[in-house]
Amino acid sequence: MDMKQPFERLVDLHGATVLRVCRAVVGPADADDVWQETFLAALRAYPELPPDANTEAWLVTIAHRKSIDSVRSGSRRPVPVAEFPDAHPAHGTAHAPPAGLGDPAADASGDGIWERVARLPDKQRRVIAYRYLADLPYNEIAAILGGSPAAARRAAADGLKSLRAALSAAASEGESA
Amino acid sequence: MTSTPSDIGAVDLALAPELITIEPGALTRLHAALAERASREGLLDVAYRIVETPVGRLLLAATERGLVRVAYEREGHEAVLATLAERLSPRILESPERLGEAARQVEEYFSGRRTAFDLPLDLSLSNGFRRTVIQHLKDIGFGRTESYAEVARAVGNPRAVRAVGTACATNPLPVVVPCHRVLRSDGSLGGYIGGLEAKTSLLRLEAVAA
Repeated sequence: MDMKQPFERLVDLHGATVLRVCRAVVGPADADDVWQETFLAALRAYPELPPDANTEAWLVTIAHRKSIDSVRSGSRRPVPVAEFPDAHPAHGTAHAPPAGLGDPAADASGDGIWERVARLPDKQRRVIAYRYLADLPYNEIAAILGGSPAAARRAAADGLKSLRAALSAAASEGESA
Repeated sequence: MTSTPSDIGAVDLALAPELITIEPGALTRLHAALAERASREGLLDVAYRIVETPVGRLLLAATERGLVRVAYEREGHEAVLATLAERLSPRILESPERLGEAARQVEEYFSGRRTAFDLPLDLSLSNGFRRTVIQHLKDIGFGRTESYAEVARAVGNPRAVRAVGTACATNPLPVVVPCHRVLRSDGSLGGYIGGLEAKTSLLRLEAVAA
């Protein structure tokens, strides 16, 4: 007999992961809203979910759709970097510096990574979030994003490469300062 | 490229702990807001909360119709929730708000300030004869007791003493529906879903307060 666990258990098990994914994909300022919309939609649909379904992949899929809704529903940028509470006020979102030339002040306060993630192309950012924050395999990610698992793997590699380049550039800048 | 993507990933995430760190309280706030909104939109089929009492932690669960389950810790709260998911609905969230009044009355009962519960009850977990017995138990007043045989007679089935025992043992709403007030004809305790120690505690509480 298949037993479906209480929904509370899903929130307990996957709430943190879904929040990390939301933050990486839409930015910290909108992540709470997308998290709420995701779990509310999941709660609505939960009775119909097959009991043997991979609940984490299912939740990330819903979060993916809700993050697209969130981007479409506002006139705001996909990633409202400037709205992050601790972001450096000197940065206008429209004039974000190119990757690798991050604001040292933001780096020192630990917020630089968000800006760098935000500046990745949309697909790279999502693949990295779904692969490394949600730990989904590439075939699941391809099912969510469309395209092939190999393309998802390439996008992750490209994204990580530019993130790593940006981080090490910032690190050496910090050392020379 | 020589290194594999997963190697790079591990390095990058280690360099960026703020991507995986969630500040304390963030998920608690999100959870509370979710439960509140789910309830408002009619999606929260079962809400529950845990209350501390002199007989241990009690789980209180309610549907939109009323209190549906009270469970002792020894029943296994996870197992009880799993059963509720199966029998009622898997749309279950911890949500203290819906149980506010029930928790208050339980607390008053254990502190000796309340002798009767005034709560909407959802008896959908009891059917047939067991439900008839549960209905009768609600009428056994604070500080009084009846024997299993008396309960059987009261529900019009004097030979069903054993079935009355089963109904009490499977009472989904112990404490609030007072199956602890049913004893053996010789005055000995009989069984109790919360354990004999809990049954003794409740009877002593009522004897002192009455």
